[in-house]
Amino acid sequence: MPVRPVMSDMTTKWEPPQTVNLVDLGFMDARSKLIDLAAFLDRVERAGQQGDFRVQALRRAINCLETDKPGRAREVLLSFSDPSTEPIPQALTQGAVGAWKGE
Amino acid sequence: MQYIEPHGHMVSRVTDDYERMAIAGCEAICEPAFWAGFDRASAQGFYDYFRQITEYEPKRAARFGIRHYCWLCINPKEAEDMQLAEEVMDLIPQFLDRPGVLGIGEIGLNKNSRNELRIFEKHVQIAQDHGQLILVHTPHLEDKLKGTRLIVDALKNFSGIDPSRVIIDHVEEHTIDHVLDQGFWAGITLYPESKATPARAIDMFESRQGERIWMNSACDWGVSDPLAVPKTMQSMRLRGWSDEMVRKVAWENPATFMRQSGKFPL
Ligand SMILES: [Zn+2]
Repeated sequence: MPVRPVMSDMTTKWEPPQTVNLVDLGFMDARSKLIDLAAFLDRVERAGQQGDFRVQALRRAINCLETDKPGRAREVLLSFSDPSTEPIPQALTQGAVGAWKGE
Repeated sequence: MQYIEPHGHMVSRVTDDYERMAIAGCEAICEPAFWAGFDRASAQGFYDYFRQITEYEPKRAARFGIRHYCWLCINPKEAEDMQLAEEVMDLIPQFLDRPGVLGIGEIGLNKNSRNELRIFEKHVQIAQDHGQLILVHTPHLEDKLKGTRLIVDALKNFSGIDPSRVIIDHVEEHTIDHVLDQGFWAGITLYPESKATPARAIDMFESRQGERIWMNSACDWGVSDPLAVPKTMQSMRLRGWSDEMVRKVAWENPATFMRQSGKFPL
């Protein structure tokens, strides 16, 4: 069995970044993504596809943005997640679709 | 600036990608064993794949001055077939002493099934028996939260597994705290649509003060970007990070984790 080397304690200590204007950096990107999201909801509604469980999940996730507390990204991710805790009997597919369909 | 790509599936990339990565500052690439874009028909297919990532890819990387390392396992996507999985796991020990092999990975869960979990635990046993590091893949999208919890619980049942020798990869905002708070390392994957963007990765690094976290492109058969790590390093500078802090997360952290294998010299 290989000998376990000693973990180095010499790692550089964390120093916080300098303050920068994060709104300058990110506003246009966030604005663009929000308009894309709005247009997506309009598009699926015009096509009568708003009942798809993924669209419903997206609308529920949007509610997570209303809070005044940080942690919105985490809450959005949790809202898309399978909340169950037991392994499933068998994997019938290999892929994931992005939103939990429910039991 | 120099960096390490700690998770790239180079068998799926063209040689030009090696060149672009070298120009961007990549000094080492670590390749976990994974799905090949299709289900392999037999254990022999894995034998050849293990030879490819232990013999051939290091030579392809060396042409561009990049060191290549790898991890071995049968991935969870192909682990629903228990007999195939057992045959592949029997092949692993004969490769463990090869110079570029850093440990067992990327093992984990895909759809969180019972068979996937059994095969995951058998791999952990191999790692424990042979004193190997572990690299864990967590499931995609809606399956990630449940899979990460199952993986952490399963690892905690092994008394011989030290969490500081295990990295749990593909964490996002809803799983990173659970992984780090249990003493494991965490990997953030920079992927165009799923997993994390550079901006979100930087948020997570900042909220955990860069501790026990690496970032990777996980470039593979899907739409992915082999230059995602240096692009994120550039975003870090725009976010006010010093060169020293960029180096900490792009070099020092992955090197610190992988040096525990005794085979990673950087
Ligand atoms: Zn991978």
